Amino acid sequence: MVGQDATQEQRAQLRSDLGLDQPFYVQFARFVGRAVQGEFGLSLRQGRPVSTLLKERLPATLELAAVAALLALILGIPGGVYTALKRNSWLAQFLLAVSLVGVSLPTFLIGILLILIFAVILGWLPSFGRGETEAFGWWTTGLLTKSGLKALILPSITLSLFQMTLIMRLVRAEMLEVLRTDYIKFARARGLTDRAIHFGHALKNTLVPVITITGLQLGSIIAFAIITETVFQWPGMGLLFIQAVSFADVPVMAAYLCFIALVFVLINLSVDLLYYAVDPRLRIERLVPAH
Amino acid sequence: MTSVASQTRLARWWDGDLAYGFRRSPVAIVSALVLAVCLVAALFAPWIAPHNPFDLATLNLTDALAPPHGMAGARPEYLLGTDDQGRDVLSAIMFGTRISLLVGVAAVALSVMLGVSLGLVSGYGGGRLDAFIMRAADVQLSFPAILIALLIDGVARAVLPRGAHGDVALVVLIVAIGVSNWPTYARTVRSSTLVEKGKEYVQAARVIGITPAAILFRHLLPNVLGPVLVLATINIATAIVLEATLSFLGVGVPPTRPSLGTLIRVGNDFLFSGEWWITIFPGAALVILVLAINLLGDWLRDALNPKLK
Repeated sequence: MVGQDATQEQRAQLRSDLGLDQPFYVQFARFVGRAVQGEFGLSLRQGRPVSTLLKERLPATLELAAVAALLALILGIPGGVYTALKRNSWLAQFLLAVSLVGVSLPTFLIGILLILIFAVILGWLPSFGRGETEAFGWWTTGLLTKSGLKALILPSITLSLFQMTLIMRLVRAEMLEVLRTDYIKFARARGLTDRAIHFGHALKNTLVPVITITGLQLGSIIAFAIITETVFQWPGMGLLFIQAVSFADVPVMAAYLCFIALVFVLINLSVDLLYYAVDPRLRIERLVPAH
Repeated sequence: MTSVASQTRLARWWDGDLAYGFRRSPVAIVSALVLAVCLVAALFAPWIAPHNPFDLATLNLTDALAPPHGMAGARPEYLLGTDDQGRDVLSAIMFGTRISLLVGVAAVALSVMLGVSLGLVSGYGGGRLDAFIMRAADVQLSFPAILIALLIDGVARAVLPRGAHGDVALVVLIVAIGVSNWPTYARTVRSSTLVEKGKEYVQAARVIGITPAAILFRHLLPNVLGPVLVLATINIATAIVLEATLSFLGVGVPPTRPSLGTLIRVGNDFLFSGEWWITIFPGAALVILVLAINLLGDWLRDALNPKLK
C-alpha cells in the first residue's frame, strides 16, 4: 500500500495507522468490533473502504438476483402445474427434457452458449456489463434504460434456468402427489370446476414445500450470481469477490462472506415465519399446549 | 445376522440381479459405454492422444487457431482444431479430462472418508460430540457447496505464499471440494449407524470386549456403506462440475496443467473473435462426462433400491 521507495518512517506510520503493531488478540477484537458496525477496513488491492466497494456493487447483484428469482417463479410454477396436469402431452415431455438439460449443464456453460448464440452469432444482445444505469442516491438501476434492460436478459436467464427447472420439477412432483389424495376426488365429486380444483385446492396445498425450497434457493441465487457475473462481466458483488479471491484480498472476502451469511440467516428466518402464514395447521398446533 | 444377510444380498447382486437389470436398461448401457470411452481416453491420454499439448517442442505456432474438421481452412491432423498456441484441442481435452477426473475422484474420496468417519463417531458416540458434529453439518449444509469451496480456496491463497500456490493448487482444490461435501455422507452414515448400533451383532461384539474403534470400523462400517457408495457415484459428477466451475472462475487448476474448466475459461476469451471450438468442445466433453456419470448413478440408485422393485 506504500510505494516501493517508501522510507522506514512511512512504513512504520502505515503499520501503526493500520494497527499492525498491536498484538494479535487486540487486532482481532478490533476487527470484530468494526465488523459488527459494517466496517471491514480497506481493500488491499484498491485501497478503498470495503463498505463503499460493496455498496457500489450491491444494486447490480440484487437487481440481477431479483429478476432471476422472479423469472424462475413465473415460469417455473406454471410449468410445473402444466407438466403435472397434462402429463402425456408432447409439450410437457419437452419441458421435462429441457429441465433435465438445465439440471445437468453447469451454469457457466449455459452462459457461454447463450453468449455464443445471441451475442456472437445473432448479435442481438450485449454480452457483458450492465448497459447504461440511472442513479437514485447511492442506488444505481439498469431497469429504466433500454440498454440496461437488454443487458439484463442473458444474465438473468442464465442465473434463473437452474432454479426454474428445480421449481418446475418440485411443483410437478407435489402436484402429482396432491392430485391423488381423497380431498381432490371429493372436490371432483362435488362437481367443482377443474380450475377451482387445480388452483384453489391442489396448487395451494403444494405451496409449503415450494416456499421452503424457493426461499432457500433465493440465497443460492445470490451465491450463484458469482458465476453468472463472471461470465457476463456483470459489475456486481460476486465479480468483486472473485477478483478478491484471486488476489487474496482478505478484507473484501471477509466482508462479502459476512454479507452472504447475513442474507442466508435472514432468508431462513423469513422462510420459517412464512410457514405460519401459509399453513394454518401450524397455527392451531401452537394453541394446543405442548405435550 | 445382518452382516450375513447383507453378504448374501451382495452375492445376489453380482450373480445376476444387478447385471440383469443392467442388460435390460439401454440408458445404463449407453452411459456406461460413454463413460468407458471417456475413462480410456483420459487414462491413456499420454499414449493415445494425437499430440502432446505440453511438449513445447512439438508445438507449431503456424498451426494456431486452425478450425475443426468440416470447416474452411481445417487441417487434417487436428480433428477438433487448435487453440491460439497451436495446441490440438482434442488432445488438450483428453489431458484435461484426466485432471478433472483426478480432482473429482480424489475430492469425493476425501469427503467420503471425512463424512463416514464423522458420521460413524457421531452416531455411535452420541451425546455432545454428536450434537456438535451435526450442528456443524447443518451450518455447512445451509450454504451452497461452491461458497464453502471458494472460502477454503481463498483462505489457502491468503495463507500460502504467492510462489507456492502453483504447486499445491491441485491439492488445495481437492481439499476445498472434498470438505465442502462431507455433511451429506455424515448424515446418511449417522442415521444408518443409529439403526445398526441397536442390533444384536453390535451388542455381542461389545459383550466380548471388542474396542469401540474396532466395532466402528470392522463391524458397523461394512453395514452402513451401501447407501454411501451410491451417493458417492453421483457426487463424482457434482465434484467434477464444481471443479470445472472453480477453474472457470480462475481459482481452480492453474493453466499450466489445464482441466476441462480451465480449458473452457481460456477458450472463452476467443469466443468473440469467432474461434468457438476452443471453448465449446471442452464444454461438450464436460457435459457428456457429467451426464454419463449422472445417468449411471441414477440407474444404480434405482437398481439398488428394493422399494422400487
